Amino acid sequence: MNTFFSTILVGISSGAIYSLMSLALVLVWRSTRVVNFAAAGQAILSTYIGYEAMSALHNYWLSLPVALISGALISAVIESFIMRPLAKRTQGTAVESIAPVIATLGILGLIRSLVGLMWGNTFLQYTSPLSSKGFTVGHTTIPFSPLNAAIVVGAAIVLLIFALIFRFTRLGLSLRAASFQPEIARLSGIRVDRIRTVGWAFAGAAGAVAGALVTPTSYLSPNSLDLLLVSGFVAAVIGGLESLIGAVVGGLVLGLGFAFILQYIGSSVTFSAAFIILILVLIVRPQGIFGARSTREA
Amino acid sequence: MTLVVQGLEVKHGAISAISGLSFTIRKGELVTIIGSNGAGKTTLLRALSGLLPISHGEISWNEKTLIGKRPEELVRRGIVHVSEGKAVIPELTVSENLQLGGIWRKDRSDVAAATAEVIELFPRLGERLSQGADTLSGGERQMLAIGRAMISRPELLLLDEPSLGLAPLIIDQIFSAIDALRHRTNLTVVLVEQNAISALRIADRGIIINLGRHVTTGTPSELLNDPALRAAYLGY
Repeated sequence: MNTFFSTILVGISSGAIYSLMSLALVLVWRSTRVVNFAAAGQAILSTYIGYEAMSALHNYWLSLPVALISGALISAVIESFIMRPLAKRTQGTAVESIAPVIATLGILGLIRSLVGLMWGNTFLQYTSPLSSKGFTVGHTTIPFSPLNAAIVVGAAIVLLIFALIFRFTRLGLSLRAASFQPEIARLSGIRVDRIRTVGWAFAGAAGAVAGALVTPTSYLSPNSLDLLLVSGFVAAVIGGLESLIGAVVGGLVLGLGFAFILQYIGSSVTFSAAFIILILVLIVRPQGIFGARSTREA
Repeated sequence: MTLVVQGLEVKHGAISAISGLSFTIRKGELVTIIGSNGAGKTTLLRALSGLLPISHGEISWNEKTLIGKRPEELVRRGIVHVSEGKAVIPELTVSENLQLGGIWRKDRSDVAAATAEVIELFPRLGERLSQGADTLSGGERQMLAIGRAMISRPELLLLDEPSLGLAPLIIDQIFSAIDALRHRTNLTVVLVEQNAISALRIADRGIIINLGRHVTTGTPSELLNDPALRAAYLGY
């Protein structure tokens, strides 16, 4: 296998993680029009809970659904008890659009210090039973490992389940209707407040899976997912912020871009490249690849 | 079952959009609310369906108050509002838009029956079920909006300007569909219209409002035969 194909595999593996984080941000944006900086904090908390589950159950795979469910619950609680009252209180005021965003920064800081208090500011090992040593093809070892393969498969399963729910269930239709046209949704009998909480829960679940899948490739600390938040934002912007498919494609595009830059240019420019891509997309095509409409009723 | 509105007052900020409005609509009646732009017609419907909070007065349906109820709860009590301007979700397909009307209902077999009735009434929707609602013409979108409302099995249907922006031939189709629906299902209809002549053709009564206040109520022939009213509110 040549370098080109192994670079694609590596790109898809990191892209799968970016897709999940991007989906977490897009789901929140679609349901409540909030840019959620707390997503990294929510994911770190659920990943620590996953870490505890792994320690208790001695099984990494069983810790994944635990992380997913706690991620969903954490997110639903934040929406119900902080974001919704905040939105009601600031409605019609000058800070209506910015207050929730600043609140998410506050929540991010709060969760991070809480995690630091409970688990300490040290590096923990949340390990997968799979090897992080690359597959050997012929006589060469490629940088794509069984661990990377598990990330791709795990992310694909979650994305598929999300797609099926959004496309084919009444819950999914309610989520879509409430995000496109909340007023028509309410006039159709959809309890939009409740549906918004469900939207946040799905977002929390996506971020939690990203955290629990990616952490075995490095280590766990209170800020170990911060860079993932940035990548998630870049992916979401590439995908147009509105579109769930866009979020996933944006993540893959970014993952592949990173992998090729890393392989053919060098690691020193990888991260600046993310910001260059972000700014270029915003200037050249601010609606993203999948955002067709320039304006829309919130 | 009756819709009773008593001393209704609705404010937009400090300005009263509706003040001291009272009227009664009996079960099975089709009443059209007539008035010029800014008369408060849309505000009235939005207050009736729970989209706008009211400042004073009472609204009751079936002798139960509607005050403080959210639209999503009122739908469950049979009050369904088709808001102004072809109220469909363009990002969804025709079929998904129709599904919205029954999304909250437990009786799935009746949802299927209601959907079949809507498609029978508006065959063009049936031919376009898998298309995006954004591909429909204005008239088809209005049919879709009304069709979605009918799948909720309304007892009281609130229609806001169904003729808005449509060609005269299409307006005739929409109005005869409304007329057919109310006779078939013993529906009570509040129809807000600028196109007063078309609306009065199918209405039992008309209520004329101006600047948020009640002007007069009468049968279509009473209203159409009053030269002063014709000149002031019916546009000719």
